[in-house]
Amino acid sequence: MSDALLEVSELRCGYGQIEVLRGVSLRVAQGEIVALIGSNGAGKSTTLMAVNQVIKPMAGSIRFAGESLIGLRADEVVQRGLVQVPEGRRVFARMTVLENLVLGAYLRNDHDGIATDMHRVNDLFPVLKERQSQLAGTLSGGEQQMLAIGRALMSRPRLLMMDEPSMGIAPILVTRIFQAIQQLNQEGLTVLLVEQNARGALKLSSRGYVIETGKVTIEGPSHELLNDDRIRAAYLGD
Amino acid sequence: MQDYEVFVQQLITGLSNGMIIALIALGYTMVYGIIELINFAHGDVFMLGAFLALTLLGAFGMEAWSPAWKFAGVIMMLGGSALFCGGLNWTLDRVAYRSLRKASKLSLLVSAIGCSFICTNLGLFWGGLPMGVFAGGVSAAAPKDFPQITPQTNLLGESAIRITQADVMVFFVTIPLMIGLVLLVNRSRLGRAMRAVAQDSTAAELMGIPVDRVIGMTFFIGGALGGFASVVYSLYNNTIGFQMGYRAGMDAFTAAVLGGIGSLPGAVLGGLTIGCVRAMSDQYLESRWTNTIVFGILVLILIFRPSGLLGSTRREKV
Ligand SMILES: Nc1ncnc2c1ncn2[C@@H]1O[C@H](COP(=O)(O)OP(=O)(O)OP(=O)(O)O)[C@@H](O)[C@H]1O
Ligand SMILES: [Mg+2]
Repeated sequence: MSDALLEVSELRCGYGQIEVLRGVSLRVAQGEIVALIGSNGAGKSTTLMAVNQVIKPMAGSIRFAGESLIGLRADEVVQRGLVQVPEGRRVFARMTVLENLVLGAYLRNDHDGIATDMHRVNDLFPVLKERQSQLAGTLSGGEQQMLAIGRALMSRPRLLMMDEPSMGIAPILVTRIFQAIQQLNQEGLTVLLVEQNARGALKLSSRGYVIETGKVTIEGPSHELLNDDRIRAAYLGD
Repeated sequence: MQDYEVFVQQLITGLSNGMIIALIALGYTMVYGIIELINFAHGDVFMLGAFLALTLLGAFGMEAWSPAWKFAGVIMMLGGSALFCGGLNWTLDRVAYRSLRKASKLSLLVSAIGCSFICTNLGLFWGGLPMGVFAGGVSAAAPKDFPQITPQTNLLGESAIRITQADVMVFFVTIPLMIGLVLLVNRSRLGRAMRAVAQDSTAAELMGIPVDRVIGMTFFIGGALGGFASVVYSLYNNTIGFQMGYRAGMDAFTAAVLGGIGSLPGAVLGGLTIGCVRAMSDQYLESRWTNTIVFGILVLILIFRPSGLLGSTRREKV
């Protein structure tokens, strides 16, 4: 696993004076689904935002495909293929579904490739095609989540980081979205999946990390984590 | 002049000035829409645009040019002031606002007020330059005559109602700019990026949109509209001065708030309304009441309908 696609080590960062991440290390290899689980306020979203350089880290290193991301602008990180589906979906509510998808391809100008990806996204989530001229704000939560994923896919990412895609969504749609993640992974997409739905995430992933108050406390293959007593007690509700 | 003729005449004046106010208001509303800042320096950027136009006019001796060349001169002033004001507004953002993006809104506002003072004083300095058009610069603060270089013949012939080429020019310049702006914002890649940043700048960053650059472009475009407006204003009203940015800025700001700050159609509607209110007040009340009325409107909207006529009453935070 030395050929990690994403390698974060000893990442420290916070908001103002408050240090939220106290040395987070994790790695994601090409082709994997990696789960990052933890309870409210543990620092999962902060980790993703720091990797995307939306929040500037105080210390530590972030390497993607062998290159350091520290000091890059957020758009330069996206340009390199490291894309996030943010927590709470954050679709552009007053724009149409189609405009949201087109914005996902903002940095691209390969028109044929964009058209191909638009087809792929519409095949993956046909509802987006049906609703393409509707304002994104009028979609249901689950549909917005599909849109957020579709929008991110339009940038043709190498690594997709998803922040709690199951949050606040009807169970049937959670299943649908997890299936989609699996399908995308089988087609070659590498995924870092942040979830509070620990069971779902660990079943989907090959490896997992548990983050507690800004530090990774447990890591290992997902099937082992599913049977780990500490995790069963704290995150799986057994 | 019949009563109705007086009214129609004032309406024409009001609509013409209203279009100019609208153009300035668009600059306020675009910047507010994207970073929630009232760019207090915007009116002063507009004022400096007028000073540049007068400088160009004087330096090239446009007054002596033939009608066809004067037309070219107007285009030159429009282009020059638009680029200058756009560039200046962009520079203000780069120097005085960008580093305060994550600071409190109050710091940003104070910085904007500071920029306004600096620009006003630049205008005072500029008016003191020893040029013929500035009356040799002996009295820097005095209002400057802006020569009429558009013909003053009445396009309606013998009618008591006058429509001059200056009136026509106002609409010829402002309407295409407004249409262009709407197309830019709604149809172009940059426009989509601007709307994305306005709605959720973090989500925009995560889509790879270079947020600071898009904000900079917004300042440039808003400033350029102010630059166009400054030339049209000068040719229409024929006097400029270093304090004109304050008056025009206040009118335009009121227009933007009246229409619903952040709304482009709102800025145009507000501009036309304020233009007509001013013209009617000048005619039927007394001109010394006009500013009071405009400010009265501003206060009333802020109290009773802060979202303006066309602004959305709810703020979307999903
Ligand atoms: N913008 C902010 N300013 C200050 N503190 C913040 C900010 N965002 C998050 N925090 C704090 O940082 C800590 C980690 O937050 P973070 O959002 O990363 O947690 P999380 O693991 O994603 O939690 P959740 O499961 O609730 O999404 C929390 O204590 C939170 O209060
Ligand atoms: Mg979170």
